[in-house]
Amino acid sequence: MNSIAIDKAPSEPQDFLCLEEGHPHNGTLLGFWLYLMSDCFIFASLFACNAVLGTSYAGGPSAHDVLDLPGLAVNTALLLVSSVTFGFAMLEVSRQRKRAMLVWLGISGLLAAMFVGLEIHEFVGMIAEGAGPDRSAFLSSFFTLVGTHGLHVSLGIVWLIVLMFQLGKYGLNEANIRRLRCLSMFWHFLDLVWIGVFSYVYLVGVLR
Amino acid sequence: MNHPSNAAHAHDDAMHEHTGSLRGYLTGFVLAAILTIIPFWLVMGHVIESHQTTILIVLALAAVQIVVHMIYFLHLDTRSENGWNMLAVIFTAVLVVIVLGASIWVMYNENANMMPMSPQYQHHRLGS
Repeated sequence: MNSIAIDKAPSEPQDFLCLEEGHPHNGTLLGFWLYLMSDCFIFASLFACNAVLGTSYAGGPSAHDVLDLPGLAVNTALLLVSSVTFGFAMLEVSRQRKRAMLVWLGISGLLAAMFVGLEIHEFVGMIAEGAGPDRSAFLSSFFTLVGTHGLHVSLGIVWLIVLMFQLGKYGLNEANIRRLRCLSMFWHFLDLVWIGVFSYVYLVGVLR
Repeated sequence: MNHPSNAAHAHDDAMHEHTGSLRGYLTGFVLAAILTIIPFWLVMGHVIESHQTTILIVLALAAVQIVVHMIYFLHLDTRSENGWNMLAVIFTAVLVVIVLGASIWVMYNENANMMPMSPQYQHHRLGS
């Protein structure tokens, strides 16, 4: 009965359909943002694993025994400064100053490379001490989470190098600026994830 | 924002709102540095006796720092991409809270019920 009434209703203008609603002006940036949000889920599930398994030491070393807080402070500073220098590069993009932008990008890349280098050094040291990912559930979740973040940073560096060559050869054209904006979001996003890593996995980890 | 007019041709309106400013980045950096130094100082200096309190403060500061990064580095506001960015963030935040909260809640109960029990705990369980 109800459906018949709807069928017979006069065809009125459909007010609920907002015809003026346009597409976002630059769909790539929104699409990349959605990718980052999906990446957020990957990290959220790895954080959840660490939250659940973070105290399962299996008689092995605890977080307090293996995690190096002074090294962590250096790593955190490197990543934060790298995020800011990438921001400076983006400011040079809006001023159309290619050389200054490339210098800031280079600095950001070097800082991130130092971050990855220190992290690999930390991982190698832990594995040499017998605190590898196979030792306990805590160490498995630690290496998976921190390693996934480190892998993201490493791939970000590869992306940055490729893009710097592109920028050097083709300059600040529209496509390159769009790519650079995506990488900028990626870069800042990884620094954001790192807040969770140093706060929860390391600082809270050594207290649990 | 004040941009040189000669830069305008390679840009469009959608791009300007993401650019940020030198002041924005420096403000974000100072805030992020402060919000990073405090938790390190709390944990490395053993400032507060209670671990529980320290953990809560560290997590609260991390939450604040995440918001600072989103505003000053990722330039997130309700206007960017017609609000779709913000909508995606809210959606993600809700799901992340569910994933994290539910995992911890469920697995805490699983652990309490399934792990080999300590004699004291066993006694408590049998007695109740």
